[in-house]
Amino acid sequence: MKKLYIFSFMGVLLMGLTAIVAFKNSADSVIDKGYAIGDVVSDFNLKSASGGITSMAENRSAKGYIIVFTCNHCPFSKAYESRIMALDRKYASQGYPVLAINPNDPAAYEEDTFQNMQAVAKSKGYTFEYLQDETQSVARSFGAARTPSAYVVKREGDKFIMQYIGGIDDNTQDANGVTKRYIEDAVNSLLAGKPVVVNLTKSVGCAIKWKGV
Amino acid sequence: MVLKRSALIFIFGLYLSVFQLFSQSEDVRVIHFEDLQKQINKITDTTLVVHFWATWCRPCTEELPDYEKLSQKFANKKVRFLMVSMDFPKDVKDKVELFIAKNSIHSEVVLLDEPDYNAWIDEIDKEWSGTIPATLIVNLTMRKRIFFEGQANMEKFMEELKEMTPIVGTN
Repeated sequence: MKKLYIFSFMGVLLMGLTAIVAFKNSADSVIDKGYAIGDVVSDFNLKSASGGITSMAENRSAKGYIIVFTCNHCPFSKAYESRIMALDRKYASQGYPVLAINPNDPAAYEEDTFQNMQAVAKSKGYTFEYLQDETQSVARSFGAARTPSAYVVKREGDKFIMQYIGGIDDNTQDANGVTKRYIEDAVNSLLAGKPVVVNLTKSVGCAIKWKGV
Repeated sequence: MVLKRSALIFIFGLYLSVFQLFSQSEDVRVIHFEDLQKQINKITDTTLVVHFWATWCRPCTEELPDYEKLSQKFANKKVRFLMVSMDFPKDVKDKVELFIAKNSIHSEVVLLDEPDYNAWIDEIDKEWSGTIPATLIVNLTMRKRIFFEGQANMEKFMEELKEMTPIVGTN
């Protein structure tokens, strides 16, 4: 009788184990979609248009970052360019600078070469780092699919935690027609020590051109 | 030399005006989401293909002629193609109408003026990330609804469409 108990106990254990493995597999496919809110964001080392290599950790005074995947060629990115510059002007001094990342394959879009990134950053006077994601691994880990795609991360000790994923605001074409400022609202909440209310929005943009696809 | 140049400009101008004459029949209507939603939710036995695209989206412009060919193949079937441009409303003449004239797109093209994407993307499909091209195929009387994001596998798409096409009269 005791043996039977042990067997059935082992059976339940085995079932549980299978369930865990099955669950893990489904969780893996979620990871392919990129970070979720609350996830720890891996640091990166990317080539900056202003020279050198930039990571999130190196700016010790940063409380977090506004990370925008953007590029030179996309009309939607261009429509947001001055608003991205304004975000950095407003929030860099408060501890949330902008990091702009160009994930596009420059072989597909001539405008997105590193030289052209440098030229745009210089001529427009970008006050933030404009980084090239050469291997596209950062864009993939963020689950970015389009430009522009915006994120807000917050420093907690040595880690950076995802706080917002989505669009910059609710009107791409007309900056004067904006009624919801998603990024500003998110950063304002974090600066006030509050959780971000709207932390996930959907937006339209130019599909990132992946290498070898 | 000057004469030659002005002659060239004249011919170019003539070409433009003729071009404009033809493209006038291809007026693109600017619509709001409510209008689009009404068309999607209309109870009808005609299958509706709603295809989201834009002139600034290269994978979309590469693919649009394939949709045009497909729409011609289904011309005598109960299928309606609606090409929804996500271009800015200010570009409706200079970019959208020019593009459809140049590429001889005869399917119905509308421009969706609804800048708060987050407010309506999920209404089209929860799975839609916002990337275009994106396509919704719907037939309410058959209770069928297919959505996909990215460029289509045209052969597979045609098979799916055939399955959703009510047979009409004799072929």
